[in-house]
Amino acid sequence: MAGIWVYAEHKNGKVKKATFEILSEAKKLANKKGEPLCAVLIGSSVEEMVPAVGAYGAEKVYCVEAADLGTYTSGGFTKALCDLVQQEKPSIVLFGASINGKDLSARVAGRLRAGLATDCTGIGLSDEGRLQVRRPMFSGKVYADVVFSDATPQMASIRPNVLMAAAPDAGRKPEKAKIAASVKSEDLMVKVMEVVKTGGEKPDLTEAEIIVSGGRGMKGPENYKILEELADVLGAVVGASRSAVDAGWRPQSDQVGQSGKVVAPNLYIAAGISGAIQHLAGMGTSKVIVAINKDPEAPIFKKADYGVVDDLFKVVPAFTEECKKLKAD
Amino acid sequence: MEIICLLKQVPDTEAEIRPTADNVGINYEGIKFVINVYDEYAVEEALKIKEKTGEGTITIVTLGPERAGESIRTGLAMGADKAVHLDDPALLGGDAYATAKTLAQAVKGMSYDLILCGLRAIDDDSFQVGHILAEFLGLPSVMGIVKLELSADKKQAQVHRQVEGGIEVLEVPLPAIFGATKGLNEPRYPSLPGIMKAKKKELKQIKLADLGLSEGEVGKQGARTSVSKLSLPPLRQAGKIVQGDTPEVKAANLAKLLREEAKVI
Repeated sequence: MAGIWVYAEHKNGKVKKATFEILSEAKKLANKKGEPLCAVLIGSSVEEMVPAVGAYGAEKVYCVEAADLGTYTSGGFTKALCDLVQQEKPSIVLFGASINGKDLSARVAGRLRAGLATDCTGIGLSDEGRLQVRRPMFSGKVYADVVFSDATPQMASIRPNVLMAAAPDAGRKPEKAKIAASVKSEDLMVKVMEVVKTGGEKPDLTEAEIIVSGGRGMKGPENYKILEELADVLGAVVGASRSAVDAGWRPQSDQVGQSGKVVAPNLYIAAGISGAIQHLAGMGTSKVIVAINKDPEAPIFKKADYGVVDDLFKVVPAFTEECKKLKAD
Repeated sequence: MEIICLLKQVPDTEAEIRPTADNVGINYEGIKFVINVYDEYAVEEALKIKEKTGEGTITIVTLGPERAGESIRTGLAMGADKAVHLDDPALLGGDAYATAKTLAQAVKGMSYDLILCGLRAIDDDSFQVGHILAEFLGLPSVMGIVKLELSADKKQAQVHRQVEGGIEVLEVPLPAIFGATKGLNEPRYPSLPGIMKAKKKELKQIKLADLGLSEGEVGKQGARTSVSKLSLPPLRQAGKIVQGDTPEVKAANLAKLLREEAKVI
């Protein structure tokens, strides 16, 4: 059976937003191709999430379960997904380009000897009905249109926040297929000892809808407090430029840019960031960019939709207060 | 301990990237090339392991054009012992799949306890080669590690992997493939004696014929995906400069614009 599949990533019992974005876009591809749209949930207990993926258009939902799938491992999840793909033979398999989505899709591509395009910002079909995608290279300095060979399935991971999720329809009743995965502990290949939380419940930068980022202009690690306060009001995640990370002011997992994370939030606020080429590459596809910098010549202003030329230590706290007022309304 | 480090040469992060006239390749003219920074972490980690255990051999494996030899020498100057350069035009132009397949074929004939690579290469940003190579070799793979500790018997490693909102601690039997990310270590600069010594270290050239693969299995022909067209990102226009007599007024105007015009807060 052919089909377009979406790997439905979930966290704390909830399907991730990126999955809904991909399902919504994949639905169009499925209609055009005349194939069913299916979602694949993998875990120790995933059935409760079936209605959520059904509401975004999945006609069939595979619930792939095993005790050893309670925690993500590339080995366990690869085995679970590949066994099902080899049995059902979908034509296209799509993933969210989250940390684990990129991780899983790569290992699956290896096992299935399949083609995979990473971190795509656009997906479509060729005249022959094959997947074709657009994806950034060099962290967005250039975009590549990518086509696939005959090998199946054709696979892609899609950057979060880029595609639009359609309105959910809770009235849809997807077919549910329960699969007991034959995943044993040796298939995991690794043993997860513990997960140490460092970032609370905030999403990863690559999945954040709003990012408040600080650079060298922050002058020191203690000053990031004003960005954290703004981020709390906006529900945003704090990022940093390379110079701030290299100075040891912020953890390296916060770095935005070509040697850090490539991000595409709805709103990117750059405070005290001059806008080096490698930083601009990493955040250039943000929908709206705000720059706050006292140097009117800073290159970041050439990319910003809204620029504030002033002292960030005065502007940011005042802006935080304004946002509080707006949120209170 | 035998350690293999995968190393790729890439354009410097400061480089401006332009497509060629036919829009399917990159115009590399005038570009400065460096070791992919994530691979530098891999080399540095290998050196630290060797220093700590007091024994072992570090072999750099690179697939790339002739110019990549310069980056290999830099890796040797950092302290790696020898290198293998998969240097054949037929091997170039492939995707992550073809690259991993070629690397697997080269590595299969070598002895190793540990393979280190970068989480990603900053040119094609595929995040794939380490995992696909692991599939070809039947090894565990963990990508995005910020800490690596070997067990006393060196049969196992404990690694810290960066995940969403935290760090995952994993125990992995060796041999395995680990993909380094920023935070693992601070790569050293090659010393002058290191640079002198590197010139005499073994750097083996491998051609397609040495690998036992056919032309159809490697490079462009062996790829599962290919670039049909390259384009530059849409140019962002400089937008509005938010007006106001004081920082406070500017902040208020900015909030208003973001709410009413951009509709993002």
